[in-house]
Amino acid sequence: MEQSTLTFQKGLKDGMPICLGYLSVSFAFGILATQGGLPVWVALLISMTNLTSAGQVAGTQLILTGGMYIEIAITTFIINIRYMLMSLSLSQKVEAKMTNLQRWILAFGITDEIFAVASQQKEEVSAKYLSGLIVTPYVGWALGTFLGATAAGLLPMSLRDALGIAIYGMFIAIIIPPARKARPVAVVVVLSIALSCAFKWLPLLNQISSGWVIIICAVLVSAYAAARYPIDEEAPEPEKAGGEA
Amino acid sequence: MIDYTRILLSIAVMAVVTYVIRVSPLAIFKKKIQNRFIRSFLAYVPYAVLAAMTFPAILFSTAEAVTMQSVLCASIGMVVALLLAYKDKGLLTVAVGSTAAVFLMEQITRFIFV
Repeated sequence: MEQSTLTFQKGLKDGMPICLGYLSVSFAFGILATQGGLPVWVALLISMTNLTSAGQVAGTQLILTGGMYIEIAITTFIINIRYMLMSLSLSQKVEAKMTNLQRWILAFGITDEIFAVASQQKEEVSAKYLSGLIVTPYVGWALGTFLGATAAGLLPMSLRDALGIAIYGMFIAIIIPPARKARPVAVVVVLSIALSCAFKWLPLLNQISSGWVIIICAVLVSAYAAARYPIDEEAPEPEKAGGEA
Repeated sequence: MIDYTRILLSIAVMAVVTYVIRVSPLAIFKKKIQNRFIRSFLAYVPYAVLAAMTFPAILFSTAEAVTMQSVLCASIGMVVALLLAYKDKGLLTVAVGSTAAVFLMEQITRFIFV
């Protein structure tokens, strides 16, 4: 009677669309990493220990450009800080009997999409379901990275160059739909782009490395938006619509 | 020569920071954050980060050695990505669509920029 319909198998199945999406994006990451000069196993190691897109791309770029450890740590922290909100939200959503050990293990798999699917469930999310929901995308993320890192050499140069845009295409797909629907998000996106361009092209500002630029843009713009457009407790978070590893 | 010590330490830094972010609320916090400013700040962070990461970097993403041709191709890919995203297409469609647009532009402009 108490058996939850949210089984491990259902989790695996619900994870399939996420897995497919991850395959192509991590493929692009694999290319980026190996074209930057990293060996295949390092690209794979990054994907299997991080399981993030924006965060690990920025971190990898810092590795490739010789960023400082503190720069890598702060960049990773700032880019991935949103997982805190999701983890927090999930903590209210998971079954009460979920053990501490299960929490410590499953927390590793919190990504935008996995969070989105888990929080859409009507009932409390069981540890089994969440495990299944994490496993398929995780395999896709690792496999895609491996294929991108190894097969990149087999692709013609023009296609490899073209694939460089794939990950940015995905980022655009994450920010544009919510920006269209919610004005504050649109303001955040526009301000952040303007600031980022200023750091790229204005004298003096363009001396600052890309890791710090992302941090400065994110903190300034988000703080401004939080003061200007505070989100009320009851209102749905703009987060939900997005999707990214 | 690859400095593996530095690379592995960097990866460890990334992995640990990311994991601590993910695990701490689920393991520690049992109550919701009450502070409205912090909640709002956290909600806006991903959009600000992704926008700053994408622009203007996307313009230089389609070649190791950036040329006028590569920037032109990337611009077309960017416009296609924006249009597809505006029409609410999924991540995969937008990523593949912009890649295809860049690829086509590369073939077309190859005859112009020799």
